[in-house]
Amino acid sequence: MAEEQVKKHRTPPDPNSAKYKLGQIAAKAYQDAFDAKVRGEKIGWCASNFPVEIPETLGIAVVYPENQAAAIAARGFGQQMCEISEADGYSNDICAYARISLAYAKTKDCEGQQVPMPDFVLCCNNICNCMIKWYENLAKELGIPMIMIDIPFNPDYDVPESEVAYVKAQFLDAIHQLEKITGKKWSPEKYKEVMEYSGRSSRAWLAATATAKYEPSPFNGFDLLNHMAVMVTARGKKEAAEAMELLLKEYEQNHAEGKSTYRGEEKYRIMFEGIACWPYLRATSHGLKDRGINMVTTIYADAFGFIYKDFDDMCAQYCKVPNAINLEYARDKRVKLCKENKVEGLLVHTNRSCKLWSGFMPEMSRQIGEECGIPVASFDGDQADPRNFSEAQYDTRVQGLTEIMEANKEG
Amino acid sequence: MYTFGIDIGSTTSKCVVLKDGTEIVSSSLFVGGIGTKSPFLAREEALKKAGITDKDISGTAATGYGRNRTEDADFNVSELSCHALGAHFIFPRVRTIIDIGGQDAKVISLSGDGKMRDFLMNDKCAAGTGRFLDVMAAILQVPVNEMEGMAQKAQKISQISSTCTVFAESEVISQLANGVEMPDLIAGICDSVAGRVASLAKRITIVPEVCMSGGVARNGGVRLAMERYLGTEIRFSEQAQLFGAIGAALYAFQKS
Ligand code: SF4
Repeated sequence: MAEEQVKKHRTPPDPNSAKYKLGQIAAKAYQDAFDAKVRGEKIGWCASNFPVEIPETLGIAVVYPENQAAAIAARGFGQQMCEISEADGYSNDICAYARISLAYAKTKDCEGQQVPMPDFVLCCNNICNCMIKWYENLAKELGIPMIMIDIPFNPDYDVPESEVAYVKAQFLDAIHQLEKITGKKWSPEKYKEVMEYSGRSSRAWLAATATAKYEPSPFNGFDLLNHMAVMVTARGKKEAAEAMELLLKEYEQNHAEGKSTYRGEEKYRIMFEGIACWPYLRATSHGLKDRGINMVTTIYADAFGFIYKDFDDMCAQYCKVPNAINLEYARDKRVKLCKENKVEGLLVHTNRSCKLWSGFMPEMSRQIGEECGIPVASFDGDQADPRNFSEAQYDTRVQGLTEIMEANKEG
Repeated sequence: MYTFGIDIGSTTSKCVVLKDGTEIVSSSLFVGGIGTKSPFLAREEALKKAGITDKDISGTAATGYGRNRTEDADFNVSELSCHALGAHFIFPRVRTIIDIGGQDAKVISLSGDGKMRDFLMNDKCAAGTGRFLDVMAAILQVPVNEMEGMAQKAQKISQISSTCTVFAESEVISQLANGVEMPDLIAGICDSVAGRVASLAKRITIVPEVCMSGGVARNGGVRLAMERYLGTEIRFSEQAQLFGAIGAALYAFQKS
C-alpha cells in the first residue's frame, strides 16, 4: 500500500527544501539496508503497515516491497516483473505489488529499484490478507523466517481492549523473535525516542496535508504521493521529523505568500481515492492538471500519520489503519477530509490489484457523494500492472466529472 | 445561424447540423469511428444534405472517443454531457439516460435543463456493450439489426449466465449445440446485455422519464428487457444514435 519517491526534477532542487530532504531520506533508507547487509547484519523486508517502530528501535534495517514495487512500476518495469511471476504460475488476478515482489525474489535484480535480499520478512495483515500468502511464499522461496502479526478487521469505531491485548502480545513476540534473529536488543529508552520522532513526523505530516483547506491549496496533491514514502519507511527517525516540520512550514509559507506547488489556476478541488496508478502517473496527473483540477486530498496519504501516547496506544493505532476498518468508519474519515478541504468532486481508482480497497468503493463513494453533495467518477486501472488501464476511458470520466463540477459552480 | 456537432465513436461517426439551436437541418451516420475516414465522410454528407458549406458554420463541437483528435472542431465536450443535452432536446422531460455504445455503457442522470448531474459507466469489461451483441451476432450468423425481430418470437428466454463475453460465447455455442431455439437464444443474449446495464443503472437513482441512446438502443429486444429489469417505460427515438452529435451541436450553439 505504500509508495515511492518518484523523481522528476526539471530544475535542480534546492538542497534546503523539504522536497530535497525528503527525497534524500527515502533514498537513504535503501542505502542503509545495503550498507547493513555489507556489514553482515541481518536485514528484512517489511509490510508498509507493520509497526515500523519495532525494527527502528532495534536498529534493524528494513526495506518495503510495496514501495519497491511502486518504484519499479513508476519507472516502467511493472509488466516485465509481473510476467515473470505469472510464468511461475501466479495468477494475474493477484495484487501486482505481490507479483513484482515475488518476481524480484526470483531474479534478485530489477533496475527499476534494487533492494538487498532479506534475512527475514515482517508481515502484518492490517492491510489485506493477500499479504499473508505473498510473504509466506517469499519466506518459503528464500528459506527465511517470517514474522507475522495478525490484526483483525475492525467492525466497530473503537478498538476493544481485548484486541489491543491480542495485538500487543504479538508485537512483544515479534520483538523477541527479532532479537533472536538479529542479536540486537530492545531498549525502552530508544523506543521512547522513536515514538517521539514518529509523533513529531506524524503531527507535522497531517498538519501539512491539512493545509489543503486553504484556497487555493498551497500544494499539488501529487506531491503527497512522493513525500509519503518517508512516512511509510522512516517516520521514526529524527531527520524525518525535521523534514516533515520543514514541509509544513513551507506549505504555511506558500499560503501566506499566495503561492502553491500546483502550477496554474486551481479551478476545481477533488479527493482521489485509492492507490496511485504508478505506471501512468504522468497521464493521470496531466488529465487533472490540464483541466485545472487539483487533487487536494487523499486518505492514502493521511493513512501513514500515526499519533499515540504509549505502547498500548500504538497497538490500537495499528488496528485502525484504513484497510482494517469498517465501511462506515472509513466513509466518515473521508467525508471529514472532503468537508475540511472543500472538495468538489471525488475520483475513484478502481484498482484491479487491490480487491479489498476497490471492492467496497462503489458503495462507499456513493455514500460520500451523497453526504457531501459532490459528483463521483471512477476509472479502471492498476497500481502497478500497466495492462489494466485505458487512457481514453480515464479521460472521458475525468472530463465528465469536470463538466458536472463546472455546472455545479454555475448553480 | 448554423452550428455543427460531430460524434466520433469507437465504431461509428455521426454529424448533425443545427439551425439557431432549435432545428436539426441534417444529420449523417457512417460506420467506422476514430482512425477511419468516416468522420470526414459524415461531415461532408451532413453539410451536403443541409446545402451549406464550412463557411456557413458558426461553431463546431466534437464529442465521443475521438473528440480530442479532430481538427475540425472548435472545442470538445464529453459524450456524457452531449448525450444529456441531446436527449433533453428530443425528450425535454427525460431525467435518466441509458446509453449503450460500441464499447461502453453509461447511465446519466440529468437536470431539467439538460445538464448532466451524475453518471456511472461500465467497467473495462465488454459485457453489456454493443461489442457483446456484435460478437454474439457473429457466432449466430444473424445480422444485429435482425436480432430484435427474432427475439420477439422467443417462447422461453434462455439464460446466459456468464457475464464475460468470451465465456458467454462458449455458453451460446453449447446452448446452440443442445438444440435451444434461435429466438430463445437471441432473447437471452438481449436479456443478458439489459441485465448487466440495469444493475449499473440501479446504482443511480432512476428518475423517470427514462430513455435509451446509443446504437444498442435501436435493438428493441434489449429495450424491452431493460423495461422489465427497471420496471419503467423507456422512451426511444429513431435519432437515439444521434443524441451525442445533437448535444455537441447544441453546445456549439451555446458558445457561438
Ligand atoms: S492487495 Fe491492496 S492492500 Fe493488499 S498488498 Fe496489494 S495493494 Fe496493498
